Amino acid sequence: MKIELKNLCKSFNKKTNAIDRMNLTVEDGEFVALLGPSGCGKSTTMLMIAGIYKPDSGEIRFDGQLVNDWEPKDRNIGMVFQSYALYPHMTVLENIAFPLKQQKVPKKERMERAKQAAEMVRLGHVLDRKPDELSGGQQQRVALARAIVKKPKVLLLDEPMSNLDARLKIEMREELSRLHKELGITTILVTHDQEEAMMLADRIAVMKDGKIIQYGTPMDLYHRPSDFFVAQFIGTPPMNVFRGKLIGNHLHFLNQSAELNNEQWNTAQGELDVYVGIRPHEVKLGKGGDIRAKGIVQMIEPVGHAQIIRVNIGDEQLRLFAEPTAAIEYESEITVSFHLSSLHLFDVRTGKSLRKEIMKESQTEEMVG
Amino acid sequence: MGSALKKWKLPMIMLGPFVALIFLFFFLPVVLIVILAFTNMDSAMRWEFAGLANFQKMLEDPNLFKIMKNTALYVGFTLLINVCFGFVLGILTTYYIQKEPVSLVFRTIWMLPRMSPPVVYVLLWLWFFDPSEYGVLNSLRALFHMEPVAWLHEHPMTAIILANGIIGASFGMIIFSSAIKSIPKDLFYAASVDGASQWSIIKDIIIPAVRWPLMFVTIWQFLSLITSYEYIFLLTNGGPLFESEVLALYSFHKAFQNFEFGYGSAISLVLVIIALIFSFMMWKWFGMQKMMRSSKIE
Repeated sequence: MKIELKNLCKSFNKKTNAIDRMNLTVEDGEFVALLGPSGCGKSTTMLMIAGIYKPDSGEIRFDGQLVNDWEPKDRNIGMVFQSYALYPHMTVLENIAFPLKQQKVPKKERMERAKQAAEMVRLGHVLDRKPDELSGGQQQRVALARAIVKKPKVLLLDEPMSNLDARLKIEMREELSRLHKELGITTILVTHDQEEAMMLADRIAVMKDGKIIQYGTPMDLYHRPSDFFVAQFIGTPPMNVFRGKLIGNHLHFLNQSAELNNEQWNTAQGELDVYVGIRPHEVKLGKGGDIRAKGIVQMIEPVGHAQIIRVNIGDEQLRLFAEPTAAIEYESEITVSFHLSSLHLFDVRTGKSLRKEIMKESQTEEMVG
Repeated sequence: MGSALKKWKLPMIMLGPFVALIFLFFFLPVVLIVILAFTNMDSAMRWEFAGLANFQKMLEDPNLFKIMKNTALYVGFTLLINVCFGFVLGILTTYYIQKEPVSLVFRTIWMLPRMSPPVVYVLLWLWFFDPSEYGVLNSLRALFHMEPVAWLHEHPMTAIILANGIIGASFGMIIFSSAIKSIPKDLFYAASVDGASQWSIIKDIIIPAVRWPLMFVTIWQFLSLITSYEYIFLLTNGGPLFESEVLALYSFHKAFQNFEFGYGSAISLVLVIIALIFSFMMWKWFGMQKMMRSSKIE
């Protein structure tokens, strides 16, 4: 089912809007993540899609039909809550069968379908237990089975994995990904974990203060963040950021200057304060790139396949990945370098990217073609 | 021996006064009742043991069957109103009225009779049921040109059940509303997404969550209803004749009106035994051991 949000507004007090004129389209069968820090309004948006909150103004459309005033039960949605919200006095099977019971499905068929859903999330062996006798991961799967048992048109996942440990998270991610492929349900995931969003979603809407900052594919957000907030939010370890100045098409940062390509970048009228960003994996040891800098090694974090090196360049900090075999010592001086083309520039005042839009589109075509 | 004394000295000093108080005010009355029940003490205050004479007398008491029936009716219906109405008020002020200030005002209004002295509260009911044409009910009847009715004479049981039921509901309301409030919001959201009707939300989420409070309120109200009589005393004084007399009030009348302390105690002893049996039944019926064992928060 296609979901459209148009100029959606919702406020909980009269002064500020929790959701501010939000527009979002989710295509049929698409997996979309709403990503943002806590308090950005992503859960509010989801609860409005579910029909639990009513929007103050704007439209919510399911397959073109206005559903603003529809009750949750009429929207044909399944939802998984962060707390799982399992009914504590019912067994696993009763929990899963509950939505079917409400639809007055005959008992035999109801149990049959509930068992199928339980099998789908590999819970066949704990059907008679109560939720408090299950582990966190199992509870999570019961919640998932309960959400999909009535074959909903939309699946809403509200921070479903934030209570799981790291290993279970990876398992559940795969499970979710598999379920989405098998069932093809339009799915919306709310999360503050950018990794989770990147791995699962076809498209990600990055939200801040009740607004969508950027909406695009994970690769789009990673390689072409349109806003400084998105650039900082996405990627682990986070993007390195330096303060810089743009005078005309001359960029001054890290005590050096470089000339920018006019076709690729919006240049400044006069002088402009900018954030200069570079992803850690784009920085290399040695003098291979256009821009070089010397720094003092402050920290070395081995992560197995690589080591993350933190260096201080003057007052600025920079993280980079190095080969696990590279012999680097604390407090030693090393030279790092990167290419001008892998830089990201953002206006300090507005946070907007200075990369030219035309460039972005042609690059997208390049990537797709 | 010395070390045991040393070990228990401090606890004994700390607990001693309270154990003494508990014995004096909680335990001794029961013992006294049991002993008095086997005497025929009267206004002369002499301890004369009379064996089972009081119980013999009770069996032959022509009013006792009527009084037992009244007690059962009174406790049964008042309890029903207390618990059910309390539950309805609890749901109303937490689930249906989500705005806390509004429900707080609502709850406070229901608490008012609890805060006012029983005499004032009963005075209002007396005015309500007044047999003259100035009584509230009768003046309503007058609007339809109907004759005034002597309500307290014709329907004394209904009157005492209503008066006690309505004042008692606020206790259940407070307990239930706090229990309902402690149900996580997500459960209600999940239920509404799962398509649950209002009835199903009450049946499948609220009632299971308030199961223990429900039991507590039932037992507590039962015990206080079966032994208290002040509202009946003030409203009808058990009358007319024995029409609204209950066991507790009868015991009071016998002991302090007729000065048959022995007989009054025997009646009280029956009350204590009924209360014990009922508590035990409820304990079994609701599976209360399970609650005592598990301290899990569901």
